[in-house]
Amino acid sequence: MTYALEQSQLDGIESILQEDFIDLGVHCAFLIDMAGNIIASLDNARHKHDVYSLAALAAGNFGAVSAMAKMIGEEDFSLLFHKGTAESIHFSKVMNEFLLITIFGKEVSLGFLRLKVSEAIEKIKTILEPAYAP
Amino acid sequence: MAFINLKKREVQVKIVYYGPGRGGKTTNLEYIYNKFNQRIQTQMVTIKTQGDRTLFFDFLPFDMGKIKGYDVKVQLYTVPGQVKYNATRKLVLRGVDGVVFVADSMTVRRKHNMLSLKNLQQNLASYKKSIFKVPLVLQFNKRDLAEQGIPLLSLETMQRDLNTHLKAPTFEASAIVGTNVPETLKKIISMTMLSLEKELK
Repeated sequence: MTYALEQSQLDGIESILQEDFIDLGVHCAFLIDMAGNIIASLDNARHKHDVYSLAALAAGNFGAVSAMAKMIGEEDFSLLFHKGTAESIHFSKVMNEFLLITIFGKEVSLGFLRLKVSEAIEKIKTILEPAYAP
Repeated sequence: MAFINLKKREVQVKIVYYGPGRGGKTTNLEYIYNKFNQRIQTQMVTIKTQGDRTLFFDFLPFDMGKIKGYDVKVQLYTVPGQVKYNATRKLVLRGVDGVVFVADSMTVRRKHNMLSLKNLQQNLASYKKSIFKVPLVLQFNKRDLAEQGIPLLSLETMQRDLNTHLKAPTFEASAIVGTNVPETLKKIISMTMLSLEKELK
């Protein structure tokens, strides 16, 4: 099950991440698949993280949480949020196979971020759905 | 589930080291990490329990350089080998492109090898993947223990136990000293790349 995304599709995803997150003060935004591959990643150049390791851990973490959801009779938990002192991480599922991850500081409110995440997911879906047919 | 980034001309593939507990999967990755650290820009990520056993997985991203004009990024994972961690083992297998099965050559571990291989087959099947189709390399690890007088399974026995039907390439190895560790890795990478090429045609 290999899939490829073209330049125009990746440009589209990157501009969504830029406009909906980085331009609004989010430190880092990236889209990964559930195998832990990175599809697109952007940061504000001041906050750099090891995104490859983060992606592997995020996919594993999300998988573990999904397994927990099933154990209590939930289909899935569609989002996760980890709060830190200086930076926090927000994870949200995009279709069944992808995860949108954002890392942000105190200056961004969680409510506002969640709003932007749900808007961005709808836009990303229109790009991914034709490219990825499982 | 390999991902091909046509913008950056980059391919990301996922290779998982599978096998019974204490068989040397993490040791394989540690050897690779120490030997090739100039190609690895990040730390090896490991999630261990107190007793130094892998709890969730180890993760090591590895730059292969260019193949046919594409930058190949290989993501190496290990699974926890202990029987009780099957749920996490299954999670790590999600989207796998190639598997190295690390078998333990010690005579006392014979049954564990067979059970773990069976478990691999079942877990792959849960993702609708066949153990006969996924790129797979068998590594018979701990061959160096013979020098210390520890009883080891003969290679014929291991072939018969594990490889009668699979007919996968095999390597005699010692992960701790590094014998055939890079060779195992090279083999699985080339098999995985070939299988990707076929899939994309």
